[in-house]
This record gives sequence, structure tokens and C-alpha cells, in this order.
Amino acid sequence: MSAPLYGLILAGGLSARMQRDKAALTYLGKSQLDRVFELASRHLSKVFISVRAEQTEDPARAGKPQIVDTVAGGGPIVGIRSAFAQHPEAAWLVLACDLPFLTDRTLTHLLAARDPLRIATAYRSTHDGLPEPLCAIWEPAAAQALAAHQAAGRTCPRKFLIGSDTQLLEPLEPRALDNINTPEEYIDAGRALDAGPRAGSGSNPMHLKIQYYALLREQAGRSEETWETNAATPAAVYAELNARYRFTLAREQLRVAVNSEFSDWGRALRSGDALVFIPPVAGG
Amino acid sequence: MRFRFEATAIDTNLGRHALQDPAAGGYASFEGWVRDHNEGLAVRRLEYEAYEALALKEGDRILDEAAARFPISKALCIHRIGALAIGELAVWVGVSAVHRGEAFDACRYIIDEVKHRLPIWKKEYYENGDSGWVNCERCATAPRHAHDHVA
Repeated sequence: MSAPLYGLILAGGLSARMQRDKAALTYLGKSQLDRVFELASRHLSKVFISVRAEQTEDPARAGKPQIVDTVAGGGPIVGIRSAFAQHPEAAWLVLACDLPFLTDRTLTHLLAARDPLRIATAYRSTHDGLPEPLCAIWEPAAAQALAAHQAAGRTCPRKFLIGSDTQLLEPLEPRALDNINTPEEYIDAGRALDAGPRAGSGSNPMHLKIQYYALLREQAGRSEETWETNAATPAAVYAELNARYRFTLAREQLRVAVNSEFSDWGRALRSGDALVFIPPVAGG
Repeated sequence: MRFRFEATAIDTNLGRHALQDPAAGGYASFEGWVRDHNEGLAVRRLEYEAYEALALKEGDRILDEAAARFPISKALCIHRIGALAIGELAVWVGVSAVHRGEAFDACRYIIDEVKHRLPIWKKEYYENGDSGWVNCERCATAPRHAHDHVA
């Protein structure tokens, strides 16, 4: 049986590079902390914010269920360990508060992919392929090992996940886990969100070359075509094509290649890219 | 290129000849043949289709991996595409090595990886008139029938 899953929004950081409280930064008229808290609350029945003792009465943080640091030290590990200490029965969906591009879709996919028998379930970073610890599910079995990790003088939650039995997921949307640390990144993120969900591709759709093989070729009724789209990733393109051709193969049964190399489903596409969706193979 | 496709019958003698090496003490090969039945159905013939640009790269990567894992001299793999009859040679793997053990092991590794990783698809045509893409159709049956009912 899997442990109940609660949400933990990390809001105890020092925001050193931002030079002001990150939790209180606003996008589209709402504080960053409120946005992520509301997002998590749409998926989980219990969501807490992780705070330092001196932050409990802070206006941005008061009025929400809190988990106050009870473990000494610094960094996100302190908040995560404090949550395990307060609710040892629970697994935690740990979220940084500075994830302005996080979506319901990316959370839904993470929650559906949870493997409670592993130490954690996390996305791979679109930047370096390593685990993203601050949009991840941490199982209760992580608590003891995390304490040992910290006792050995290590504070990086990412290194902890790299060295643990972590289930890694390919990213679903290219920017969903981008966090913002500097005033410049904050300004850019605000502009992108103001511009709406299709920021980046804007009003200029991309032209992709799609090649079809085997069963997909037969079901599409063609070997290739040019596809005009604002879909940002191969996963989103397949969803569009599937809506049109009603393929009988689900995305989970396929692999994808971009420009003749295997690719992640979350890769950011560029106009001119050539995509091939690869049905289950049967060589030999 | 050490992995390649052939649209006509594979000449195993040419492949074997290309593996010869004065330092090699032996050679092992695997031949995959078109079988007249699969999963309870009588098969009449079949067709192979490949995404060649990627399969050629991935095929060479498999041969490189085999050379890194096992002390072998040379390795080759040839896969057919197009229409094949029962009994025809569908895939050939050949490995030469100093000793037989490595030749057998590398040969096994290569054919296993080729079957799992290369973007190659097989369509079987059955005696009963049906046809199907191997590994794709069974999972496809349910939604398609459901759709037919609606229509």
C-alpha cells in the first residue's frame, strides 16, 4: 500500500540572488507562493508550506498550513526532513515556490507516474538530464537516508536523488520546471506569462516534417507531411496528430525521433525539425 | 557501414568473407529465417519496413557496443527489407574473434539488441487473409472495434 501523499511548498529560502522574498513575487496579479499552493491544492487534499520559525507570521505565509523547520542546517533538505518528521506516515510532493511555468499537466503526469516502491519519482531536467528534486515525489523511505545524507555534510537534494533509487520521468513540457533566481529572470518570466500560454512560439507557428512508418503510416494514410503547429514538444505534437488520425497506438507505446536521433518527449522543438513516431519494433 | 539493409537476398558468403582476420580463431553467425507461423496463425509471407536513417546509426552503435563488451575481431549485421517468402533469410549476424566464446556471446548480444532497438517493423500476411504489424496490432484491436461499434 502506498503512503498518503501530501504537498509541501518550499517557502523558507533566503532568496539571496533575487535580493527580495521570492515567495512574494507576483505573476498575473498573484504571488508566486499562492500560485503554486493553489496548483498543488487542485491535485492533493493536504498541502503545507515549509517555513523557517521566524517566517510563521509573515503576511505572505500566514493563513496557510505550515510545516516549520525543526531540523537544523540549511537548504531545501531541512524543509523536507521537517515534513517527514511531522508526518512520518506520508509521502511528499515537494515543490519549490519559484516555478512560475509549472502546469496542471506536468503535475498530473508526475502524480500518475508515482512509484511508491522507489525512493522518489522525479522529472529529468531539460537542461542536463539529472533529477529535478523540487518538483518530485519523496516517499517515506527517503527520510532515514536523507538524514544520513545531511549528517555526512551533504546538503544538495539533487545529489541525494542521483544517489538513490529514483524513478526518472522525461519532461513533458520544456519550460515547466524552469525556476527563477535573479531579477532578470523574474522580468523575463513575467513577460512570458503575460504573453499567454503560447509564449515562445507566439503567433508564428512552426512547420514540422512528420514521417510515418508501418501501422502509423497506414492509419495516417500517408508517408510524410508538413505539420503546422504551436505545439512545443513531440508529446504535444503526437496529441494533435492523434486527435486528427485516431491512431490506435497510445503515446506510451511509442518512441520518438527528432532529426534522425531518439529524443525525449519533452524536447523543445524548432521549426524545420523532422519527427518520426516509432511504433513497437519487430526486427529480426 | 557495418550494419546495413539489403532489399534482395543476403549473401552470407560475402559477409563471412568480410569478417576474416588472421588473428581470429573462429567465427559465429546467426541467421533469422521467415517462419510459417506466429502466435497460432499460419503465415504466408511478410514485409519488413525500416526507418533507415536512424536504424543505420543505431545498428552501428549496437556493433560498437558488442566490440566494447567482448574481445572480438569484427562484427557485421545485415537486415532485409521489403517482401520476404517463408524460409528466406531475414537477418544475418556474423562475428569473428580470437576464441569461440566471445564470438558466440557477441553474436547473441547483437541479435538481441537489434530485435529490441532498431526501428524495423514486420507485417505478417496470414493464410486466413488477415494481416498485421507484429507487436502493434493486438493492443490496437480493442479501440478499433469499439470505434466500429460507434460507427
